[in-house]
Amino acid sequence: MSETVELATQPLGIPRGRAMLERAEWAGRAFARYDAPTVRRIVAAAAEAGAARSKELAEQAVAETGFGVAEHKVIKNLACSTGLLETYGDHDYVSMRLDPAGKIVEIPRPAGVVLALTPSTNPVATVYFKILIALMTRNAIVISPHPYASRVCAEAARTMADAAVAAGAPDGAVQWVEEPSIPLVSALMTDPRTDVIVATGGTAMVRAAYRSGNPAIGVGPGNVPVLVDRTANLQRAAQRIVDSKSFDNSVLCTNESVLIVEEAVADRLLQHMRHAGAYLLSDPERDQVRAALFPDGHFDIRFVGKDAAWVAEQAGVRVGPRTRVLLAPFDLPVPEEMLAHEKLCPVLGVLRVPSAARGVEAASAILRIGGAGHSAAIHSEDPHTIMSYGAAARVLRVAVNVGNSLGSSGIETNLAPSMTIGTGYFGRSSVGENLQPEHLVNWTRLAYNAEATEVMADFSGLSPWRAPAGPVPAYPLASNAGQQPVAPVASAPQRDQVDELREEIRRLIVDELREIIRG
Amino acid sequence: MDSSEATEPRFDYGAFSFASKSEVLAKAKEFWNPDKTQFWSDAGIPLVIDRREEYFIYDMSGKRLIDVHLNGGTFNLGHRNAEVVQAVTLAMQHFDIGNHHFPSLARTALAEALVASAPPGIGKVVYASGGGEAIDIALKTARHATQKRKIISIVKAYHGHTGLAVGTGDDRFSKLFLSDRPEEFPHVPFNDLEAMERELRGRDVAAVIMETIPATYGFPLPDPGYLEAVKSMCERYDALYIADEVQTGLMRTGELWGITKHGIAPDILVTGKGISGGMYPIAAVLLNERCAGWLREDGFGHISTFGGAELGCIAALKSLEICVRPETRSMVHYIADFIGAGLRRIQAEHPDWFVGIRQNGVVMGLEFAHPQGAKFVMRHLYDNGVWAIFSTLDPRVLQFKPGILLKPELAEELLDRVEVGISKAWREVRGARGRLR
Repeated sequence: MSETVELATQPLGIPRGRAMLERAEWAGRAFARYDAPTVRRIVAAAAEAGAARSKELAEQAVAETGFGVAEHKVIKNLACSTGLLETYGDHDYVSMRLDPAGKIVEIPRPAGVVLALTPSTNPVATVYFKILIALMTRNAIVISPHPYASRVCAEAARTMADAAVAAGAPDGAVQWVEEPSIPLVSALMTDPRTDVIVATGGTAMVRAAYRSGNPAIGVGPGNVPVLVDRTANLQRAAQRIVDSKSFDNSVLCTNESVLIVEEAVADRLLQHMRHAGAYLLSDPERDQVRAALFPDGHFDIRFVGKDAAWVAEQAGVRVGPRTRVLLAPFDLPVPEEMLAHEKLCPVLGVLRVPSAARGVEAASAILRIGGAGHSAAIHSEDPHTIMSYGAAARVLRVAVNVGNSLGSSGIETNLAPSMTIGTGYFGRSSVGENLQPEHLVNWTRLAYNAEATEVMADFSGLSPWRAPAGPVPAYPLASNAGQQPVAPVASAPQRDQVDELREEIRRLIVDELREIIRG
Repeated sequence: MDSSEATEPRFDYGAFSFASKSEVLAKAKEFWNPDKTQFWSDAGIPLVIDRREEYFIYDMSGKRLIDVHLNGGTFNLGHRNAEVVQAVTLAMQHFDIGNHHFPSLARTALAEALVASAPPGIGKVVYASGGGEAIDIALKTARHATQKRKIISIVKAYHGHTGLAVGTGDDRFSKLFLSDRPEEFPHVPFNDLEAMERELRGRDVAAVIMETIPATYGFPLPDPGYLEAVKSMCERYDALYIADEVQTGLMRTGELWGITKHGIAPDILVTGKGISGGMYPIAAVLLNERCAGWLREDGFGHISTFGGAELGCIAALKSLEICVRPETRSMVHYIADFIGAGLRRIQAEHPDWFVGIRQNGVVMGLEFAHPQGAKFVMRHLYDNGVWAIFSTLDPRVLQFKPGILLKPELAEELLDRVEVGISKAWREVRGARGRLR
């Protein structure tokens, strides 16, 4: 019996995964020769298809993972579908760039096959995000989702893949792993067909991506300090911090971890925060919450993305049902203080400091514990404090007078909107910016002799890329099939139909947004 | 030390060893097949395959060849495909050939998988140890089901060399062994519907057997509508339609079974070669319920000790599983598209020489403007690191069969080599013509 069981359970996953990369290689090679208008059409189709299902998939994500708040996920899903379309609508990662003065021509060259690891906390938004930036840059992509969210991620990927291919993308340009596992992910990461790994996930996974031997863009975890000094507009700061900390029940890696407040304004700020829905834990209650969240010195993942009332109940603390955030005061930002570590649930550490300068130092202490290179926030009107905070904290983005969840992820600031926050050299990553399409494309530079006598040829109007003549690849009809009426191939929808479809999708999005605002 | 090294055989394979390639060739002539051995030496293809992996075969000299012969698709998945090797190796911890008399684990599992993969109507599987035996089973089955004797095949057909199969093929192979039986095995010209109907009209035909694309004849493509018309004639005149999918099955046309691209549900479908994964011989005959009668009447009607050997079933299950993956189908479409476009480019540069491309998926026949043209090309491709074989029954045509898992970079390299080989063959042929003048 044991032998037959072994035969039957030979892991199919790894060979299938390798086959996906192989198919992606063919798709990527074809895609790399597409012209800009076709790429724009494909990206728009995928984004709109994703947006149309943003609510449904947000609910599925919460149902599958138990993490977060569906209506907040809708906002992220929209931001990472049609939102990206708006942000990057004017960008072009396909056409040649001409620099006649420098006598350089730049030809965009996609990475080829992108292997994307996506997390359970922001499953659909991250899948949408990575697919779209891959499509914008003409890359094939294979999504390997976190096992906790594999069903909804497969659904999200299928949604965009079908729309992209219907709009003309090469067959297999977007693929996904149905049953992720550690051995499968390792095999995909180390496979020579993987051109770049884009890893969003736990530290272990990110380090494994870097160890794989393949180029990797991996990002580390956050542990976000937020400083409020005496110059801040306290009421607004309080509202923004509570909104941000409760957004999607703190599953974004950009959620605030520890509030550092100048003593002189601390009581007033906390009062405003209580009005906004925060509950200030007493010291014994704080100890109960700490013990519940970190039972053995590690964050208990049962609490990831759960709401404040549930967290309080589990800790044996009675709070009102409308409580959105639990405030947990502590005195010393040191590693053995568990509340100074990252908390992916609406529990916010609170640290009082005598001055803004001490606050900057406290923030540095928080970032020594975790979250190096990631993000920090500040609420202040004093440019000196803001500057010294930005120059001292070992992070690569500081959100100013805005909630950090949507601030550092570029949704409520003018940073690149992203589900993947580059932590740079501070955070042992190769990328210090928010991940964006530019990171998935290299440029071949045609560099002319700098001597004035050598004149650069006129490249204007030239393009090495072409629109595909039909589906890619062509269906393999027999070579003498021209003699017969060919079986009808599903034709692309006519222009009017496409416009109608777009209008319909726009209506749906607007309706959903309205519901969210009302809710 | 020096002397002992000199006496060590250079080619030691454990179970046997040879001092040199010339020793192998000499002994092959002496103990194995003198004519065949000589033929390849004369043809300028002094190949003795040693190492083999993926789509590469290596001559004993170390010379590497990209294999686009694949023995008719036997090596569809590459040589010693790692997944098939692993499956068979694991299976050997538990299985052997098995006992053909009894219901068996692996045979049942494979039969179920084959039926699931098959065109509509197929419900039973009979096993053989090779394609020829499988064709014999198909023909015997057709005779049993219809209680008629005649089998129609096409002129220059090739369905194997066993007792009945050889009768369906070219005289060259049947007359040699006094095995031609024209009264039972009428041959009609390919793509000639009138001739087909003349033979069928008497209603005394058990079956028409057709390769979906006749391989050994150089892959001439069925005219649009031809196979469909033959199938409906079979229905009209109460003959069965046997689809020989040995070379066109297993995703080579971009669908698992080539016949389904014609919308035909055959009464009998024969698969072989590639189903073995190139690792353990096996072939299978897929029957619809009408044809399956003898399996209910006398299940011992056809006995084959090695037919459906359980290790072969494991190799086949894995090969089939690889073939039906959506990724594989997609890749075949890419490969067919890419190689087809590349060949048309090469053709455009040699319009007087490279006169035709017959293609359906990765089933390809390349036509050259010389009665023995493919033999020239074969030799020049060999010199340039590509192994493709001429069509035995139409040597103008080179059989060109890239693997279904070919990687993009190897596809590019293949085209580079083919372009040079075709050019050089043309120069040789043109030069020879010049001298003749």
